[in-house]
Amino acid sequence: MFDQLSDRLQATLSDVRSRGKLSESDVDAAMREIRLALLEADVNFKVVKTFTKTLKERCLGADVLGSLDPGQQVIKIVNEELTGLMGGTGSELAFASSGPTVILMAGLQGSGKTTACAKLARFLRENGKKDVALAACDVYRPAAVDQLVTVGGRVGAHVYEKGTDADPVEIAAWALEQAKTERRDVLIVDTAGRLHVDQELMEELANIRKRVKPHDVLLVVDAMTGQDAVGVAESFAEAAEFDGVVMSKLDGDARGGAALSVKAVTGKPILFASTGEKLEAFDRFHPDRMASRILGMGDVLSLIEKAEQQIDEDQAADLERKLRKNQFTLEDMLQQMRQVRKMGPLSGILGMLPGMGAMKQLKNADIDEGQLDRVEAIILSMTPEERANPGLIKGSRRKRIANGSGTRPQQVNQLIKQFDQMRKMMRHMTSGKMPDAQQLAAMTGGAPRPKVRRR
Amino acid sequence: MVERLEHEVEAGTVPADGEAVQARLIEILAEVAATARAPIDLSGEPAVLLMVGVNGTGKTTTIGKIAWHLSKEFGLSVVLAAGDTYRAAAAEQLAEWADRAGAELVRAEEGSDPGAVAFDAVEAARARGADVVIVDTAGRLHTQTDLMEELAKVRRVIAKQMPGAPHETLLSIDATTGQNGLRQAKIFAEAAEVDGVVLTKLDGTAKGGIVLAIADELGIPVKLIGTGETLEDLRPFDPTDFANALLSP
Repeated sequence: MFDQLSDRLQATLSDVRSRGKLSESDVDAAMREIRLALLEADVNFKVVKTFTKTLKERCLGADVLGSLDPGQQVIKIVNEELTGLMGGTGSELAFASSGPTVILMAGLQGSGKTTACAKLARFLRENGKKDVALAACDVYRPAAVDQLVTVGGRVGAHVYEKGTDADPVEIAAWALEQAKTERRDVLIVDTAGRLHVDQELMEELANIRKRVKPHDVLLVVDAMTGQDAVGVAESFAEAAEFDGVVMSKLDGDARGGAALSVKAVTGKPILFASTGEKLEAFDRFHPDRMASRILGMGDVLSLIEKAEQQIDEDQAADLERKLRKNQFTLEDMLQQMRQVRKMGPLSGILGMLPGMGAMKQLKNADIDEGQLDRVEAIILSMTPEERANPGLIKGSRRKRIANGSGTRPQQVNQLIKQFDQMRKMMRHMTSGKMPDAQQLAAMTGGAPRPKVRRR
Repeated sequence: MVERLEHEVEAGTVPADGEAVQARLIEILAEVAATARAPIDLSGEPAVLLMVGVNGTGKTTTIGKIAWHLSKEFGLSVVLAAGDTYRAAAAEQLAEWADRAGAELVRAEEGSDPGAVAFDAVEAARARGADVVIVDTAGRLHTQTDLMEELAKVRRVIAKQMPGAPHETLLSIDATTGQNGLRQAKIFAEAAEVDGVVLTKLDGTAKGGIVLAIADELGIPVKLIGTGETLEDLRPFDPTDFANALLSP
């Protein structure tokens, strides 16, 4: 995510940091680098100008240059300003006090509205809104209604549709009536993609807005949009008065221009980010965390949240007990591995760890998820007895397991050896060298217990 | 490009007044935009076109438009292959376009192998003596290595059914895309040997200047432009018009 920008900013800042004292010309040079980095990342030039100006003013303040560690201060300021640029903290969707909350989705063609609708529906259902419905108002693009019905079905959302012959404004109004009588919690209105210069369609969007009086209007923006993002956002702000932005396709190697410009130009925050093909790849956008990621400071908060969502409290307690008694088996290892993998691809998890961005060899290494698949296959090819007591596994059993899992006997051996080492290490730790079992659970994939919440 | 213009002005080949410089700039831009220009190759029997690109850049719509032009204007028989087996209702969308353009459609169930669909479509087209096969593929971000490999595989599978095919691989690029477009083109070209670019959504305010970089650095020309939502809104790329539009406010 935003790798190029991230690299350049980090290089500049580490240079600043390596100096004991900062002169005004040092700050000037750093600002020039930051300005170039932002421009190359497709950030709107006006935004870049004001941004570097504020940044410079703050960095030249007496408390920075005179402080003991000015480099650290500069990084702190850049972090704060980047966060502010993307919207600060605490922006949330508005919900209706009674009746269905109506959310209207708008955007250019191909920005990812229909997918975002389904992802948002899923997100809201996971976060306390039980009954989410979708309204299919894209009557122009062939099969858009079918697509919404299919993805809606996948996330368990009811879809209101009237085919493609009805007027979108009428469909939206009708869907709202239905949602009211059927007491839905949320109604998400999907609309056709439209170019911001298309007067007629922009008017239609404004009409839908007037009829259904949405509590939130969200603009879906493709993260890869270039300088044009600003013009698009401005026109949509006028016609649809959107309240927030959904940034889509953030999993590509977008440079970040759209994400960094939209808030500054329209004053509307980015509320959600869509980061993958799967319907689960959708989450709140946290400007502060994104800023730390760009600056290579990691995003430990998101990592903890992910872990909390995926890790079952009972299983964690069970594991802790087993670890204390040194009864950890291959079966437990398999479960741990599965829990960690539920958090998403390992490369994504690594990106959230502080300092990982700076480790070039890790960044470019394709993490071999296949290796994990093989470990899983090997364990699954064992009998329950073998999993509990790997000592049983000798010649013919080993051959059988290798055959069953499509691996070689050496690979089975390797796994068992690793497991033995792990167990030995744990025995050392439980026998007094590390008394806190919670830390242990954390090490093997479980979150510290008191923080685990049920979802 | 700017450097070249500066040299020419200094050397006196271009007079140093605003209008002349601008005219020369348009010429230079058009020249770069025309790099490696070549028509779409329809000589195969059938000619196989493969459409690739990032999600939401307008692949399916472009296929619909190409099919319509080929069948209505040139009277060719066209077979469409619904190779986007991933996105919900992508095949239905293509079916609708096939219907409008009067083309045949070869499709398979959602989640099936895109290579197999392409293979079947080429086979069907050969059996029926159709003139052109256009293979749709699922949108994919160029950063997803496994999906890019899938694309290379689709190509190989097509070549297995018909040596030399696909004869033309087109990459759709959204005109609103920023600097990222160059990366897209580079990586797609590595995986799928892209022959040309279709620049879509030019009817907005975006001008798609990134295709200049693509033509200049990668030698991949723009072949078609998409300018709207109806079947007619597809045109051959004209470098001079493009250069003019790029500089107009």
